[in-house]
Amino acid sequence: MKKLMLGNEAVARGLYEAGCSYISSYPGTPSTEITESASKYPEIHCEWAPNEKVAMESAHGATLAGKRTACAMKHVGQNVAADPLFTISYIGVDNGMVICVADYPGLHSSQNEQDSRHYAIAAKLPMLEPSDSGECRDFAKIAYDLSEKYHTAVMLKLCTRISHAQSIVELGERAVPDSVPYEKKFSRVMLPVNAKKAHYAVEERMKALLEYAEETPLNRVEEGTDHSIGIITGSTCYQYTKEVFGDKYPVLKLGMSNPLPVKKIQDFAKIVDRVLVIEELDPIIEIHCKAIGVPVEGKSIFPMVDEFSQRVIRESMGITQPESAEADAVIPGRPPAMCSGCPHRGIFYLLKKHNLRVFGDIGCYTLGATPPLSAMDVSVCMGASLSGMHGFNKAAGTEMSKKSVGVIGDSTFMHSGMTGLADIAYNNSNSTVIILDNSITGMTGHQQNPTSGYDLYGNPATKIDLEALCRAMGIKRVRVIDPYNLAESEKAILEETEAEEPSVIIARRPCALLKTVKHNPPLHVEKDTCVGCRSCMKIGCPSLSFRDKKAVIDQTLCAGCGVCQELCPIGAIQE
Amino acid sequence: MKTTSIMIVGVGGQGTLLASRVLGQLVLHKGVDVKLSEVHGMSQRGGSVVTYVRFGDKVYSPLVEKGEADYIISFEALEAARWLPYLKKGGQIVTNTQQIDPMPVITGAAEYPDEILKKAADTGAKVDAFDCLTLAEQAGSSKAVNIVLLGRLSKYFDFTDEEWMDALTACVPAKFLEMNKKAFELGKNA
Repeated sequence: MKKLMLGNEAVARGLYEAGCSYISSYPGTPSTEITESASKYPEIHCEWAPNEKVAMESAHGATLAGKRTACAMKHVGQNVAADPLFTISYIGVDNGMVICVADYPGLHSSQNEQDSRHYAIAAKLPMLEPSDSGECRDFAKIAYDLSEKYHTAVMLKLCTRISHAQSIVELGERAVPDSVPYEKKFSRVMLPVNAKKAHYAVEERMKALLEYAEETPLNRVEEGTDHSIGIITGSTCYQYTKEVFGDKYPVLKLGMSNPLPVKKIQDFAKIVDRVLVIEELDPIIEIHCKAIGVPVEGKSIFPMVDEFSQRVIRESMGITQPESAEADAVIPGRPPAMCSGCPHRGIFYLLKKHNLRVFGDIGCYTLGATPPLSAMDVSVCMGASLSGMHGFNKAAGTEMSKKSVGVIGDSTFMHSGMTGLADIAYNNSNSTVIILDNSITGMTGHQQNPTSGYDLYGNPATKIDLEALCRAMGIKRVRVIDPYNLAESEKAILEETEAEEPSVIIARRPCALLKTVKHNPPLHVEKDTCVGCRSCMKIGCPSLSFRDKKAVIDQTLCAGCGVCQELCPIGAIQE
Repeated sequence: MKTTSIMIVGVGGQGTLLASRVLGQLVLHKGVDVKLSEVHGMSQRGGSVVTYVRFGDKVYSPLVEKGEADYIISFEALEAARWLPYLKKGGQIVTNTQQIDPMPVITGAAEYPDEILKKAADTGAKVDAFDCLTLAEQAGSSKAVNIVLLGRLSKYFDFTDEEWMDALTACVPAKFLEMNKKAFELGKNA
């Protein structure tokens, strides 16, 4: 049976067909749908872990218990899970383990453009790179075979245009292989005595995998009619290359990114006059080719930054682009914005109003940095709001620290905010933390987390009590506010920033997009009362626009949150 | 069969993903190769969004680039103009006339351009513009703009009504099927 599937769905299908029984992940665009799709198969138990490190360690633990397992994460999630990655490489596996990591060239929804292939090289793990959904399914299955044959976790590397592109997949049946039952082995304990031996074994494994890389059809030569150029490529760049050149030039398509073959590349170079390497982000294939004595051209022609496309290849190689026309008008940009009824909006309005220094974090609320709210000074990575603010406050002194807040979502707080809060409490900085508790992981499309009270399947689960947790961590000043209530929120923010001790404000209201959330009736502007002062326009609500010098509220979008109503000085906004 | 490239553009949250999935399903049953590309995450929060649908004997790239789109289906007037450079010379735009202010217009930093669809047509692009929101509301939901647009698009293709209905049935939840079928008909006859 043929089905049109997202790359992520196809990975899940491949994991399923290969007999995967357990997946633990933390959501992150563009990887999230791997785990969500896998959860539709009753044979696979799927979980959202608090972060990627926990997810990877859980998936490794589950292999010990005799199951084929997987974990999935975005590229920056791999950073969080780097610690177990390197040592799981040493310990190895008896039952298959696949680590899916999705890169983000073009960073449509992320904070950097790092290239995950470096991790496979550094941790000495095999890495496969599919180039469409069909290969996503196939490579996921091959990854398990490799994992068990070579006793190692296998990385499956994706990127935006693989994960979030759909193409045709041929479905197969699920087959669960015989498993290796749990047996205690001292060699798994990474004491120096075992770790040193393990490192020798890892190096031997890489040699064996190199032999595989030379032979495997995952790395294949596609002949061309014109041998003046030969192209080495893989992943989504393979598709762009074929789109531009069709069958003109010979192509060495690499489905395995680590280890990269040596002889296969040298042999390919012999059949062409000039070798080009087309790869997104870092010149990993290119450097490898040069190291093995194959002269190639790569980043001297193609960019190091942003995602590729057929246009990028044509542009880099001086090939004529198709004609295109532009309308004779200045077209304003349309950046993303907080949704109508978003509970974060009022808080950011207040932070701006009081000119507070805002240490931001990763989530929908990072949009608080954009106009007109413009209330964020820095955002680094998951959890960095709290620790960054702590360091700033310690260095800046008491008076300056009274103008600082850290904002972090509920899911991000569970991911890696708690350790920052421990630092604030333990090293006692005058820091004010605002936990924007919208009861869900919002940006990635509504995944449950340990504070939401439900598991991945929507079944009731242990709900971590944020107030009790913060108090247990040594924070004496903990208060809960409703972010729709601007007056109450303002009072709390002013009092807690003024207090000369650590404090936590939990701004609690569920995401307005949750299906369980009932919206208030939409508000409207009394046209005759409105004086056009634009006070309501300061919050950047997509429901509000300005027509004929008066504010207008879009009745289909408005969630009735009432924040604009609280800002109107003359009561022109009514139910 | 030559590759046909379609771009579906709009504002995050308007339902562009469903429209591309219905198109994908439609051509899948024709036995041709098909690829779709979507962008998830931050841009879905009210930003400019684009999805691509390409089908033909063999499709490599899931992306459509400048000057390559045979059709642009737009959920909003300004978005039709924004993505116009992606239209192939002589290509067809099918667009909703609805205007949704982007944040720079809401904050007063920019203006929504006048007669934007006329300016798009002045470049030589074929522009088929109509009010999809009203038709969607007539069908029963303002969210059905996507299916109204597909109804209109159906006039440019040779697929049968039955093939379109099969694709709709496969992609929309059963409880909304009748409403969406109505939206499709209203778009087709607009």
